[in-house]
Amino acid sequence: MNFKGRDIVSIKDLTEDEILHILDVADGMIPIARGEEKSDLLKGKIMASLFFEPSTRTRLSFEAAMKRLGGNVIGFAQPGATSMQKGESLADTIRTAESYCDVIVMRHPQEGSARMAAEFASVPIINGGDGAGHHPTQCLLDLFTIREEKGSIGENKVALVGDLKYGRTVHSLAYALALFKAEMVFIAPEQLQMPPEVVEECKAMGAPISFETDLEEATGDVDVIYVTRIQKERFPDPEEYNKVVGIYEINSRILGKGKKDVIVMHPLPRVYEIAPEVDGTKYAAYFRQAFNGVPVRMALLSLVLGGIE
Amino acid sequence: MKELKIQPIRNGTVIDHITPGCALKVLRILRITEGTGDSIISAVMNVDSKKRKKDIVKIENRELKASEVDKIALIAPNATINIIRDYEVKEKHRVVVPDEIVGIVKCANPNCVSNSREPIKSRFVVKSREPLRIKCFYCERELEDISAGIV
Repeated sequence: MNFKGRDIVSIKDLTEDEILHILDVADGMIPIARGEEKSDLLKGKIMASLFFEPSTRTRLSFEAAMKRLGGNVIGFAQPGATSMQKGESLADTIRTAESYCDVIVMRHPQEGSARMAAEFASVPIINGGDGAGHHPTQCLLDLFTIREEKGSIGENKVALVGDLKYGRTVHSLAYALALFKAEMVFIAPEQLQMPPEVVEECKAMGAPISFETDLEEATGDVDVIYVTRIQKERFPDPEEYNKVVGIYEINSRILGKGKKDVIVMHPLPRVYEIAPEVDGTKYAAYFRQAFNGVPVRMALLSLVLGGIE
Repeated sequence: MKELKIQPIRNGTVIDHITPGCALKVLRILRITEGTGDSIISAVMNVDSKKRKKDIVKIENRELKASEVDKIALIAPNATINIIRDYEVKEKHRVVVPDEIVGIVKCANPNCVSNSREPIKSRFVVKSREPLRIKCFYCERELEDISAGIV
């Protein structure tokens, strides 16, 4: 398995074995990610962090990952401070940045931007989110979290809840879970249900899939509840939004009716989807999930930079 | 005597069995009107054929290569290419949809990077040939109305 020099644009660029290898490498990174062990694995390497859109977790965890491995970071967190402001194309920005670094991590508001960047750059491109397109490192850390918490990926029944239509993370995650043949239940109001092409693709891969609108009824027998934010702007009528948000809130009462070892995940930021009372319970895996972004991104950086095979 | 809508050509290319109404789009895709010199080009639309109506395009004194013409399979999947020499059909073949379609159709996703001011051409990969389904190489969105997306 050779990752050196590879671009990570979409989860679909990776096979099941490659995903498992990344997760295994990430597992070994945990003590370094926690600061309990030191590492110089990527000493002398430079990561360019090009964030054309706001981000908290993705950018900070990538930068932390690189620094924990002894590498350096250059870049920007908003395009306002760059020549893009003067009208420079993304292609030119990428060609310039690649001459200063060994790997580029980017987030850009346009779909397909990371794929295009990969065509222009000779250094590896890691996609940190391209508009409504892909976010492969989020998907990998979600899979990592499921495996860490539950011991396996495919042997779980996973409920995907909330905005399944527009949420980019759930499309990639559904694909990846289907790759591992995990059973899935899609819980969403009808207007925000999973797009037919995603469902079609998952079914073709042999994953058992069902649809529900009732959160309480559908989460009774699941092992993982993956919650996503329902965005206000998706609803023309604010009343309708308020109603839906109320119905799809995960709280202690709902969790008390489910499996004893069910876990709740969320890519964050959350707004109203999970009641704060859940935070201190054994069910809440979302902050551990946010931490897992560091070892998973450490694994990816080490692999594409050839620090580890 | 049967009246001919267009005269037979002596040498050149006849694109036959074009989906009715698509002859002008075919000319546009092939960019045939650009730099063709003195070659006479004729297009007829809605001609009666055995099974259904069709359009025909004739280009005199120019033999189009298969790779040039296969692009039109996007909108005229049943079209045939006939190479004429001295009034006789010397070569005949059906168009084949290429694996990749570059610079001919525009992505319908306004937020796709291929619709921005970047130094790239639109690029589509074929998902299935029958029925024809293509998706953008960049944003991966499927193009629902291929004909409307022709640049």
